[in-house]
This record gives sequence, structure tokens and C-alpha cells, in this order.
Amino acid sequence: MTVTSGMVIIGAGECGARAAFALRENGYEGLVTLIGAEKHLPYERPPLSKDIMVCEDHPVARTIAAQEYFDEKAIQFIAETTVTHIDRRAKQLAFADGQSLPYEKLLLATGAIPRTLPLAAESRHCAYLRSFDDALTIRARFRPGARIVIVGGGFIGLELAASARKRGAEVTVLETQARVLMRGVPEEIAETIAARHRQEGVQLRCGIGISAIRDSGASATIGLANGETIHADLVIIGIGAVPVTALAEAAGLETGNGIFVNEYLQTSDPDIFAAGDCCIFPLALYGGRRVRLEAWRNAQEQGTLAARNMLGFAEPHLSVPWFWSDQYELGLQVAGLPDEGTLTIRRDLGDGAFILFHLAADGRLVAASGIGPGNAVARDIRLAEMLIARSACPAATQLAAPDVKLKSLLAA
Amino acid sequence: MSDWIEACAADDIDEEDVIRFDHEGRTFAIYRSPDDEFFATDGLCTHEHIHLADGLVMDDIIECPKHNGRFSYKTGQAKGAPVCVNLKTYPIRVEAGKVLIQLGQ
Repeated sequence: MTVTSGMVIIGAGECGARAAFALRENGYEGLVTLIGAEKHLPYERPPLSKDIMVCEDHPVARTIAAQEYFDEKAIQFIAETTVTHIDRRAKQLAFADGQSLPYEKLLLATGAIPRTLPLAAESRHCAYLRSFDDALTIRARFRPGARIVIVGGGFIGLELAASARKRGAEVTVLETQARVLMRGVPEEIAETIAARHRQEGVQLRCGIGISAIRDSGASATIGLANGETIHADLVIIGIGAVPVTALAEAAGLETGNGIFVNEYLQTSDPDIFAAGDCCIFPLALYGGRRVRLEAWRNAQEQGTLAARNMLGFAEPHLSVPWFWSDQYELGLQVAGLPDEGTLTIRRDLGDGAFILFHLAADGRLVAASGIGPGNAVARDIRLAEMLIARSACPAATQLAAPDVKLKSLLAA
Repeated sequence: MSDWIEACAADDIDEEDVIRFDHEGRTFAIYRSPDDEFFATDGLCTHEHIHLADGLVMDDIIECPKHNGRFSYKTGQAKGAPVCVNLKTYPIRVEAGKVLIQLGQ
């Protein structure tokens, strides 16, 4: 391999790909190498649990850019390759086949992988969703009348439940917690989503544990903690994700629930950056609270920012966390961190759409979460996000009144 | 040249805002800029076919409600990731309080 070093990115998801593009957009002319574990060109993951599951045509991965674009930008994309070791002293990477690659700056964009359920280890009828190939496997099992059991009432589980119902499968969701979407979504909104699933015929069972999963021929039998058993043609495990940190850890970088980075997305080694789902970073907006986000826009923004900081821009990450989920016709969006709030103000937008504004004790707007048909809440959530970014303290009466335009509060 | 079609009343759109206009199976977005000019573009984002009329207008930018793809609604120009394909724009004029749009073939 070449001896000239350049910028190297490990992980070719949304974050890694955006970082590679951003290096070029910011004028970097040296070598750019993007290393991916999968055989596909970088593609968008959000559709995996939604469009890919329900589209009528043969599903294709939605690539972030075509091969020609990588060629045009002189980005070397290496597919199906695993880095086995980072030699920080020599500033080079080692691959499984014994080859090595030097780096000037390195970005870890290794993402997160599904948390595994030990009980499911022996079953051939259990599946996880992370990659496009996983999605195809699951999609093939979403047939009318198929019995699908989903372990975990988080976003992946509920989006898959909605998709499976659209394809006519019988769906049961098992959640150990008292309600779905315990993490990051206020109860009122989680209840709206839960009610919609029940209306579609999903068996939503909360506060229930699993004691065993056993295969019997073409199906699996799931033993519940209360002694009951249920049968499934496919069991999907969606119990959260864990950051991919092994490489960073082995290289002696600081890690915890993610690879530790500062506000510039720099790890404890100044030549190594980390961004996206794999990193845990401080948010100045919330007093430097460290968070790890599993969100598409964050992956994009941090990939872009890490690239700039690899080039020496030294810009802090200041974005307000934001994510969305689509289930049936409902669109959910959350900006900020709702758990930072102590007071909740509700604004009804009509058509069943509503937004909850979360205010801190000192009056600052710290988060807004909304749900409604289609993109009914999108515009106001976006405006709320701008208010959050400014640490604005809007009056509760104005937030509650639908005829007070949020845009007018921005001008204040 | 094709005909001018009445899309809405000028008063139907606030300044620095957008509305959706559907016509013969096609969907468009009609904008009123902060300096009170009118513009029209295709109604769906070039990234994932989301209705732009649900998005936010700030100055001369329309932002997609789903993935924050940004376009200049005056020129149709895509303003960076995730959008890379420009929006088609259409001639528009206001006559006697009516907004007229020329859709072309």
C-alpha cells in the first residue's frame, strides 16, 4: 500500500461518508480513505425499518452517493474491510490481511450495533436489524399472517411493528418497561403512538419479561416471565444499541458508553477524532452534559464537523439534538433533551397533532417533542429548535397558544 | 407558451411563508418572501419526495421538514447535504390579488 499518509475514516455509514465529502468540500487535497465493513457503497439507514420493509418494488439500498462521485472527489472507498489495530505511535492502521495504512488524522465513525439478547443466541428464528442485508432478511419474513414477535418497544421495534402490520403480519411487541419509548420520549407522546399501534391490531405488552426462546421446527417458542408461552415465525430483537468502541479501547483511547471526545470531537489522542453514534460528547447547551446520540442528523453534522476539525478549524459542536420517527401516518420529532425539563407546556395544532415544550426551572426552553399526521409538527419543532439553541425563555402562555406564531418568539 | 393558472389569493400566504398547491396530479409550493415577492417551485423535496410546504421559510430559503435539506426557493438551487438536485422553479405573478403560476408542459 501507499506510504503517503492522509485522512482516514473508519466506518462508511452516514457519518463517515459525510466526513469524506466534507474533507473535499473544505479544500483538502491529500489522500482520503473511507473504510467500510459492508460490501455496499455508503447508504442511508433510516429507510431500513420503514420504506425498505414496505416498498412494493424490489428494495434497493439508497446510496448516499454513486461510485462516480467517490471517483470524482478522489475518495478511496474500501469495502468489506475490517481494521484490526490502530498503532498510535506509528500512526498507522493494521488490517486482517496483514496490510497497513498510515494516517495523518484518523476519524472513527464506527457507529453502534444492536445490543444482543443472550437468550436469543441459540435460536435460528431471531433477527437483528442494522444493515441493508439484515433488512432484506427481515422483509422476506413479513408475509400476511406471519407471526412476528418484536422484543423491545423502542424506535426500531415500533417502526418494524408498523411495517410488519402494513404487510399483513400478526405482530406482538414485548417491552420489559412499563411503557414503550421510555428513553427520550414523554409519556403523552408515547401513549399516542402506543394507541395507534393497538388500533392497528399490534399486541403491545409492556412490563413483561422473557425467560426463554426455543426453536421448534419452523418457529420459535418464547417463554414469558409469567409462565405464558407465545409462538413466532420470526423474533426481532430491538433492545437498543451499543457503540462500537473495541478498536478505540484497544488503542488506549478513553472510552465509556462510547468513545470520549471533547467539543471538537477529538479523542484523547489529538490526531484521532470520533463522530456519530460511536462517540460520547459534551453539549455546552446543557452545561457540558455528556451524551451519545443515535440519530441520523447528528451523524451527518458530526461527520461534517469532525472533517473540518481534522483540517484545523477548531469549531465546537453546538447543535441541538434532533430526531424523528415515522410510524403509520404519524410523524414524531424531538428537538433537545426532554429530560432536562421540569415544566411541560402543551400546544395543540389541530388534526390531533400536538407539541410538548419542555422548560427548565429557570424558564429556558430545553426541548420540544411533537407528534401528528405526516410532517404536521415539523415546522414548529424546527422553530423550537432555534429557540432552544438560543437558550430562549418564552412565556408559557405564548407557547400554549396555537395562534401565537413561534417565529414571532424568535424575533423577541 | 402555456397558460397562467390561478393558484391562490395573495392573502392566503403570509410573508416569509409557503403553501402547497396541487394541480392536475402535480404538487407545487408557492412562497411569499419577507420582502413581499412571490415564487413557485416543485412541491416535493428532491431528496425524499417530502412536501416542502410543511417546511420552514427563512429569508430566501425553504427547508425540508424531514431532513433539513435546503433550497433557495428563488432560484431552486440546492444548498447542500442531503439535497444535491436543484428544485424546478416556475414563473409566477400577482394580478388583482390573485397569484398566477405558469406550469409549462
